[in-house]
Amino acid sequence: MSATPPMLEVDCVSAGYGAVQALQEVSLQVQPGEIVTLIGANGAGKSTLLMTICGDPKPRGGRIRLAGEDITGQPTHAIMRRGVAQSPEGRRIFPRMTVQENLLMGAEALTREDPGPQMEQAFALFPRLKERLAQRGGTLSGGEQQMLAIGRALMSKPKLLLLDEPSLGLAPLVVKQIFDAIRALNAQTGLTVLLVEQNANLALRLAHRGYVLVNGRITMEGPGRALLARPEIRDAYLGGGHG
Amino acid sequence: MAYALQQLINGISLGMIYGLIAVGYTMVYGIIGMINFAHGDIFMISAFIALIAVILLSLGGLMDGPAAILLVLVISMAITALYGWTLERVAYRPLRGSFRLAPLISAIGMSIVLQNYVQVSQGARVKPLEPLVPGGIEVMRDGAFVVQFSYIQMLIIAVTLVVLAVFTILVTRTPLGRAMRACEQDRRMAALLGIDTDRTISLTFVIGASLAAVAGTMYLLRYGVIDFYIGFLAGVKAFTAAVLGGIGSLPGAVLGGLLIGLIETFWSAYFSVQYKDVAAFSILAITLIFLPTGLLGRQEVEKV
Repeated sequence: MSATPPMLEVDCVSAGYGAVQALQEVSLQVQPGEIVTLIGANGAGKSTLLMTICGDPKPRGGRIRLAGEDITGQPTHAIMRRGVAQSPEGRRIFPRMTVQENLLMGAEALTREDPGPQMEQAFALFPRLKERLAQRGGTLSGGEQQMLAIGRALMSKPKLLLLDEPSLGLAPLVVKQIFDAIRALNAQTGLTVLLVEQNANLALRLAHRGYVLVNGRITMEGPGRALLARPEIRDAYLGGGHG
Repeated sequence: MAYALQQLINGISLGMIYGLIAVGYTMVYGIIGMINFAHGDIFMISAFIALIAVILLSLGGLMDGPAAILLVLVISMAITALYGWTLERVAYRPLRGSFRLAPLISAIGMSIVLQNYVQVSQGARVKPLEPLVPGGIEVMRDGAFVVQFSYIQMLIIAVTLVVLAVFTILVTRTPLGRAMRACEQDRRMAALLGIDTDRTISLTFVIGASLAAVAGTMYLLRYGVIDFYIGFLAGVKAFTAAVLGGIGSLPGAVLGGLLIGLIETFWSAYFSVQYKDVAAFSILAITLIFLPTGLLGRQEVEKV
């Protein structure tokens, strides 16, 4: 084990909703400054894992540690205030709030700090947000909503950013813009990212390392490019090489 | 003409009281999707607290002038807020995540508990209070008929407008208001941004109860008689107002309250006092049939 603890350590975590056990003893680690991706088919449990890290649902077994500190079983808002932010599945923009208010909601965890500089960072990353500042979240296009979701997540100056399917339903050009932004953030600020994606090709090219989740279990892990080269990945997730 | 003007004044001041209660229904519905059927009884409790405060202040010889009335209002708001907080904590929060009807049943139970609690502790008889704010100004005279705008009606309208203005600023301009709106639009996402949603819900009940306390205190001062049962009728009418305005809409609640107050008053004046409740509740039925989203409500299309 390295001197500094991993930014995120998921240790043998099981979780699910009601009678459904979505995660079976999942273990993964994300080191500080890393982009790690979790790929898998629809329903494999990817989103459940991100939500479980955030304490909703609470894990049924195993431990979750953030920068060495045990956060297992803590309420969601407390975990998020420890420096975790998520851009969730479906973006979940507040539809009847303006872009500005949505961003300010993201700064909620900053408590008394001035959200101004974070706002500027979001605009630098996605200039479109600045143009849409007074517009209601519900009236934005899908791509703009995704930018807003990521911008909102960054408002709290997170140590760990959880991204759930940022490419879903978006035009390739917008997807490229968003992935470029993630890459730039990671390179410039050393932001640690855990990225969940169905688009394995894109995700594995971006990430330093990847994990493959199948039916709630981790079946493979390795450096992004190495995973990309494996035939079973190509067959299962790259659907004949396009994408 | 003069008669109608008088009804207008009466209707508006009554409607303000309904509007204040209706805001509490609509806020709670917006944030946790339940009808808090005990809200009318919170209103009733607040009238009793105001009455007790008036009596205690009178015993101390302090019940004098506008400052004393303001003090009664503040005492009633503070203690009623505590009731609202406790209600949520005891009867609704443990049922969060349970089936949808559970908190509703609990609310009906709490309504019965509160009524009986007041009946047992304060007695079942009607409590009278002599007018603290007598008199008024003569607006116009038409033969023998004098249009009277009483001071208490002015007080009700003024206090309600001030309280609603403060409330509007709170909801639209402050971080707490933003957090409340976030919880209303997507509670899970609000938690993902570090909002303590349980605390926000508690505060919603506290604010709703304080607004009901303004209504309860004003009701006591205006009508001067209360009993343990007043919460039921006032509560159902305010609920009607909230539905008419569009449940979940804050301006809708106030608008609905005013309309119900006016409809009830004009119906009593021109048709039949005995059937005034029928008029109000017919509005509920008609709204639910022909305009289920209310006047200012929105269609639920966003949540898929």
